[in-house]
Amino acid sequence: MTTTDTPVNNGVNVQALLDARTALVDAPEAAQFTWKASTEWVGGTHSHSEVTEFFGLGGDQTHRTTFSFDADHPEVFASEDNGATPVEYVLVGLASCLTAGVAAVAQNRGIQLNSVKATIEGDMDVLGILGGDPEVRNGFNDIKVKYDIDADASQEDIEALVAQSQKRSAVFDVITNPTNVTVEVN
Amino acid sequence: MIGAGHAGLAVSHFLSLRSIDHVVVERGEVANTWRTERWDSLRLLTPNWQSRLPALEYDGDDPDGYMTMPEVIGFIDTYAKVVDAPLRTHTTVKSLRPNDDGYEVVTDDGTWSSPSVVLATGGFNLANIPSIAEAVPGSVETVTPLDYRTPDQLPEGDVLVVGASATGIQIAEEVHASGRPVTLSVGEHVRLPRVYRGKDIMWWLDRTGVLDERYDEVDDLVRARNIPSPQLVGTPERRTLDLNALTDQGVRLVGRVAGIVDGKAQLSGSLRNLCNLADLKMGRLLGTIDDWVLDNGMEGEVGTSHRFAPTRVEESPPLSLDLSFFSSVIWATGFRPDYSWLHARVLDRKGRLRHDAGVVTEAPGLYRIGLNMLRRRKSSFIHGAEDDARDLTDHLVAYVGVGAPV
Repeated sequence: MTTTDTPVNNGVNVQALLDARTALVDAPEAAQFTWKASTEWVGGTHSHSEVTEFFGLGGDQTHRTTFSFDADHPEVFASEDNGATPVEYVLVGLASCLTAGVAAVAQNRGIQLNSVKATIEGDMDVLGILGGDPEVRNGFNDIKVKYDIDADASQEDIEALVAQSQKRSAVFDVITNPTNVTVEVN
Repeated sequence: MIGAGHAGLAVSHFLSLRSIDHVVVERGEVANTWRTERWDSLRLLTPNWQSRLPALEYDGDDPDGYMTMPEVIGFIDTYAKVVDAPLRTHTTVKSLRPNDDGYEVVTDDGTWSSPSVVLATGGFNLANIPSIAEAVPGSVETVTPLDYRTPDQLPEGDVLVVGASATGIQIAEEVHASGRPVTLSVGEHVRLPRVYRGKDIMWWLDRTGVLDERYDEVDDLVRARNIPSPQLVGTPERRTLDLNALTDQGVRLVGRVAGIVDGKAQLSGSLRNLCNLADLKMGRLLGTIDDWVLDNGMEGEVGTSHRFAPTRVEESPPLSLDLSFFSSVIWATGFRPDYSWLHARVLDRKGRLRHDAGVVTEAPGLYRIGLNMLRRRKSSFIHGAEDDARDLTDHLVAYVGVGAPV
């Protein structure tokens, strides 16, 4: 760990997060969150999704603004490519989650970050989704994330940041562990 | 005092020194859980020189060895005699509840009333088995470390050991060696070498002050109290038993069991990161030791600094296991205390005792000793009982307001 004269500032309010943890352990019902999105079919494989509200801290919460996402399939699948593919959103989710974690853990450990870049690749055999080989799964068969991090810390401390960020990541957990999914039709 | 293990007896010793009238109630014999709830080959993780209690030091001829269970039982038996504890063995506590005088303790051999009660009932009363265990197919035998004695009690065939702390790796090794091929499900774990730079790792943890670190000094007490027991084994050869050693013996490492659906265990894809985390944390500890050696001018007196090979994880570990392939599953997924007899509003929503370093603040006069990181990192070790027992006795004496100064 590095000691610097100026206080470390990665723009993460770690004290607020630690205070929240203390408060939520005492009031576990407030820790129950529900994340929400709504998706509308546009045409073809193109859909438009919006994220505005979520539930948490015992009540309804609203984002500062509505966030929109277009998803589609690329032209090699004879689609119009009006947006990233859904599986690319999954990769974006993982890389964003891990990167947020790197910043938070670095702040907590007093490590100043100068730059953090992640590249992420997910390998997939599309014979699975095409139904061309029943033994091939639909999802990724492997995901690799590579980080380039410039920080005022040793290589070992930087590796520990990235490892700890995986341990605390929601999306890493979602991808590496099973989740019950229920889809209903109204 | 409820419980005549090493921690309860240590408190009894300090109470006697301060002339506090007390009785030690024990459901079985002295050191009961060591007699009845441990597997045959188990030895302490701590070396003999560290087996010390207030008023009793190890005086055998093998300070670097590790006690077998009969030796531990003998040591604690001797301790009960040395401190002349006022024992009531074969007396099971049925309930503990507040009354006008403090607490009423109902046993199967009479009822006691006392202004103060110390719970020294151990931290490992019940096997902590995840709820997903219910989905294991009926054809597979399910075993916990509390029932496990030797590999021979298991049916022939493949065995899935879930959990890779000290318990899991030790059982995995001997079951695999018995001819029952073991698959080991690995979650978060603590990797430690048995010996580093020629000294037992416990020697380093003792000398560098790690074991004396107090509950109010660590930056994350929740985490510190929930750290799994380190991957260590006590053997005459002072062998390191880590995941690489198990891989070399033919044990297969797989990810954490995250769910069981239709007879198949779903395995987490986090194995590589968890192994990496444990390697990094061990590296950091060894770095701390190296710094300490340098700072204390001991460079010439101990072995040279070195690092251990990273944990090997296969390229694509499996993500599911067909449980019908296994003849038994051993849940080495931790333990928890039993408070089913404790009728006071002092348990949290998960059934854990709320306490401030052993002082149950919501129930004045009630104390707890012998839990992980109760007051110090060493709290769960035999030698850790001394400082905790002294501190809690001080608090208790001040509370009951009697007793002569030592």
